[in-house]
Amino acid sequence: MGETTSTLNVHDRVTHLLARLGINRNGWRVRPGLYRLGNPGPDAPVLVSANYKLSFDILRSRLDGLDAYILVLDTKGINVWCAAGKGSFGTAELISRIEETRLADEVETRTLIVPQLGATGVCAREVLRRSGFKVRFGPVRAEDIPKFLHDGKAAQEMRRVRFDLRDRAVLIPVETKNALPFVAGASLAAYIGDGAIGSAGIAAASAAGLAGFPVLMPHIPGADFSTKGFVLGGAVALGAAAAALLADDGTSLASRSVRAASYLLALPAITSFLALNFTGCTTFASPSGVRREMNKHIRVMAAMAAAGVILNIARRTARPLKG
Amino acid sequence: MAETKLNTLEYDPELCNRCGMCSTVCPHRVFAEGDRAARLVDPDACMECGACALNCEPGAIKVDSDVGCASAMIMAALTRRKEASCC
Repeated sequence: MGETTSTLNVHDRVTHLLARLGINRNGWRVRPGLYRLGNPGPDAPVLVSANYKLSFDILRSRLDGLDAYILVLDTKGINVWCAAGKGSFGTAELISRIEETRLADEVETRTLIVPQLGATGVCAREVLRRSGFKVRFGPVRAEDIPKFLHDGKAAQEMRRVRFDLRDRAVLIPVETKNALPFVAGASLAAYIGDGAIGSAGIAAASAAGLAGFPVLMPHIPGADFSTKGFVLGGAVALGAAAAALLADDGTSLASRSVRAASYLLALPAITSFLALNFTGCTTFASPSGVRREMNKHIRVMAAMAAAGVILNIARRTARPLKG
Repeated sequence: MAETKLNTLEYDPELCNRCGMCSTVCPHRVFAEGDRAARLVDPDACMECGACALNCEPGAIKVDSDVGCASAMIMAALTRRKEASCC
């Protein structure tokens, strides 16, 4: 049996930072098994968690002053909810971990507290039937566990998943890191093919999708993710188009107008795509909704981006002919 | 059920045994406990995670659960795999 505490040290905090940045994506794993936190007696609660370091650490850091067991499942370094969606935080793994840790011999309680979001993968009656352990679904958030243990039940608000500004903002670094190679590549290509305005426009449209969208999401007008992305990207595109029109680069007004039009087409498509991509990070997007949205908008995005690029290149190749 | 359904959630209150699991596990409070059967109070909020259906013993709830992630769906479409997967 492992030992753990509710204290996070500097090393833990550094790894959390790296994990939030998406660095060493699959490396933040905790050894699966049974852990003692504090000085748990025979009837101490058993809390089930995933072997993603951030999941395990957030759980234990919220148990200050409590004595408990933590049963860590092997979810391949993935958080509880995502792993439950794929079944690795699931009935079979929970039962085999109960057997492997000889949990029935180690503890007296026959109740396991499983995070509510683990219910996507854990069938409580099946666990009871095959292991003899009753599953109680705890609150969504680890911070509510002390109150849940004290009250013996979860209040309605503890059972509702949220997606507050902070929850959205912590996703910005990892989303940016994942998109960075594409954004840098496109920005560089635009710098070579179009110049500073196009390059900055792509960077700004991407930043709007990767950082502006998560922060402003509930306040942007639009019925769905893509539409909100078009709105946000449209604002960026207007700025870039104005810069192109006002640029004193010696080209004709017609040429500058075409350049501005190419921005108005391509840049909103970039922001909109990144906004659509954010669905996977949210706590509420349904596959049906995302599929419907993709069918509705993704061809428009592709067509706008392609038209913008073609227009921009056409303008450039047409310029020498005009003399 | 309205035709403008936003998701694949289906619920048959006739089969409900009032165990309370659906209203416990749903992270969007789609179900609430009722006098004779669980009540579907906010069906449009369903994100199709499947937790309720998995834990409904009499099989009163059905939902096509999957991950709601655009990039995973695009990858699945491009690689012609059936199942979408991202994280």
